Amino acid sequence: MIHGQHMDKIEVMPELQQIIGALLFASKEPLMISQIRKALTGVAETGKEIEKQFGNATPKDIEKAIESLQKLLKENRCGFQIAEVAKEYRLENDTSCGPWLKELLNPTKPQRLSRPALETLAIIAYRQPCTRSEIEAVRGVAVDQMVRNLLDMQLIKIAGRSELPGRPWLFGTTQKFLEHFGLKNVDDLPGTAELKRLEEETLKSPSSQTEMDMGDEDDEEDNS
Amino acid sequence: MNVQQEEYKVKLEVFEGPLDLLLYLIKKEEVDVYNIPIERITNQYMEYLNLLKMLDLNIAGEFLVMAATLMMIKSRMLLPPEERGEGEEEEEEDPRWDLVRQLVEYKKFKDAALHLQHLEIDRENVFWRSGEGVHIEPDPDIALQDVSIFDLITAFNDALSNVKEEELKEIFTERFTVGEKIDAILGLLKTHDTVSINQLFKEMESRQEIICTFLGVLELIRLKQIEVCQDAAFSEIVIMKNDKPGSVS
Repeated sequence: MIHGQHMDKIEVMPELQQIIGALLFASKEPLMISQIRKALTGVAETGKEIEKQFGNATPKDIEKAIESLQKLLKENRCGFQIAEVAKEYRLENDTSCGPWLKELLNPTKPQRLSRPALETLAIIAYRQPCTRSEIEAVRGVAVDQMVRNLLDMQLIKIAGRSELPGRPWLFGTTQKFLEHFGLKNVDDLPGTAELKRLEEETLKSPSSQTEMDMGDEDDEEDNS
Repeated sequence: MNVQQEEYKVKLEVFEGPLDLLLYLIKKEEVDVYNIPIERITNQYMEYLNLLKMLDLNIAGEFLVMAATLMMIKSRMLLPPEERGEGEEEEEEDPRWDLVRQLVEYKKFKDAALHLQHLEIDRENVFWRSGEGVHIEPDPDIALQDVSIFDLITAFNDALSNVKEEELKEIFTERFTVGEKIDAILGLLKTHDTVSINQLFKEMESRQEIICTFLGVLELIRLKQIEVCQDAAFSEIVIMKNDKPGSVS
């Protein structure tokens, strides 16, 4: 943003998005903006004159280039796209192409979470950071074994200690949680505001419906 | 009747709690959560609780607390409002209200969980550059999938109620064991791709046989040898062999 002058220049140059595409293509691990930037500045220090300009690309420029590349891939139906999870980017295939990939790669049958596990996760995801007793208040049953299982699966983590008596652990979701469900961040969960902290008054009126809006996530019916 | 399963204790963890059971019954009976027919639901609740006890499953103490709560609500509902006592400060609220509030809040998270499940299934279609997909390490304790323990108990209860009262002479004979029934179920699945639960129980004449079979099903689910599924809520439960279990790495 400081380099406003350069930004204008870079924006009209398609090369930045090309470089980023190449980096994402070659990298097996997801990339952070800072890693992309490091590659750009690294080349600028030693590279030729023409390569130096990219050294000035700001994180914002990189983000913009990623966005335009995302748009391009989507519009041209390339079969893959750039996915973002917790500010990390990587290439993944279009969901609709899954059946053919499964045929080709013949992966082991994926492990799915049980309903009680998903419910416990949902409570933690919406209410985080939260204590075990907060989860138990909603579910009405002891959850220590379940919490331990979810910790083992690295879908949740200890996120500190509460100031409440006995200083109980606080739990929160992990990056693996986001990855598992394909979420950018926890705010990406549908109906977040409503479920975060239910105020007494939202529950006071018996007329309110139990059905909740699931948001506008592409909510394709399960196909298995 | 409580059959002691000393030879084979099924260690399936029940992660569902009393609220799950209540919501299940409310859905099954198609009643309004805001106007619960407390007597009917309480009776049903007790019936399921007895079944859980009969199977000697590891049920939480919360189930008993809820039973007491339901009884208390039921008795308070029988009194005219002015004689209910206690809450004299404000105008008397419906004795069911605290429970309703809890159920409604929990239902929202159940719906949110369902949404997560859709996302999870969707993600099975996604692979990365390495050819790998999203995966989590299998967890042996989290076994039941789409079918809740209460669905299974319902099928079990149906089978039990179809059985005639046992003749006295059979009480002392240990004719069936869970181990045997496990072998029988696996044998059946060698020749059949799927077997419905009702089919499994059909023609069984003693309660002990049904109980052993049911415990066998639970154990096989826990061991991930079989899978259970249900096409729609409250429809017939089908078991099938789990031929591609997640890799234990």
